[in-house]
Amino acid sequence: MTGAPLDDASLPRDNGELVFEAPWQARALALAVALVDKLDLPWEVFRLRLMAEIAKDPQRPYYESWGAALESMVVDLDLTTPAALDAAAPTERAPL
Amino acid sequence: MTTDHHHPAELAPVEARVAAIESVLVEKGIIDTDALDAIVQHFETNLGPMNGAKVVARAWTDPAYKERLLSDGTAAIKELGFEGPEGEYMVVVENTPKVHNLVVCTLCSCYPWPTLGLPPKWYKAPAYRSRAIREPRKLLAEMGTDIPADVEIRVQDSSAEARYLVLPMRPEGTDDMSEEQLAAIVTRDSMIGVQRL
Repeated sequence: MTGAPLDDASLPRDNGELVFEAPWQARALALAVALVDKLDLPWEVFRLRLMAEIAKDPQRPYYESWGAALESMVVDLDLTTPAALDAAAPTERAPL
Repeated sequence: MTTDHHHPAELAPVEARVAAIESVLVEKGIIDTDALDAIVQHFETNLGPMNGAKVVARAWTDPAYKERLLSDGTAAIKELGFEGPEGEYMVVVENTPKVHNLVVCTLCSCYPWPTLGLPPKWYKAPAYRSRAIREPRKLLAEMGTDIPADVEIRVQDSSAEARYLVLPMRPEGTDDMSEEQLAAIVTRDSMIGVQRL
């Protein structure tokens, strides 16, 4: 358990294990934290949605449930609509 | 993973959706990109099991602190400067020669961010979440931790009112170690309860 390799300090590792598998997962996490903070809501508001999304499809990858919970929260708070998100969704990642 | 830099990679649907949510919220001025960067940075550098390890080491060396920690986890952890989302309802449970505590969140992935950072992948997996309740002794054995038959396993299921942190037993032969040295031997897994030190 100890002595796990910490070969790349720039990556978020937790006892040698990557916390995020891709940058968008970190963005999804930060979006939920920032939004709850900005609107002065209890974290519970997001957590209940995450629980519901996980219960809906327990085998779905964790951060996909997270993304779905985030979307349901912003839509229910009337911050945006699914149609607006469709219009804003990028289809390609910018070249590195 | 493509290494072709000439053609942009197609985004997975969830990745595109998260990017869309971000751009809409930024455009409306509800959140800003710098704030998001700061949060990611905070998770990457400030939060993690090194914080929980300091709490444990303090409790091992300061009996009065340990008492405060076990009676009001949130306040005692805040004394060391660790607080924030997912750290508001801290309950610290003590392992003893007769009791071993194991932490799980059966409904989602509740986890004490300020003291342990973000949960490892296995903590969020359906298999861990269900088996920790159903057959904790077998699960622990498979994870390399054999709990003697005469030791009771208490499974602590996180909830809206409680985020658990396990206070592991101080290993024998560590009497001469400083608080800082002790913190270095406390692992994340021991504070979740899937490992004994």
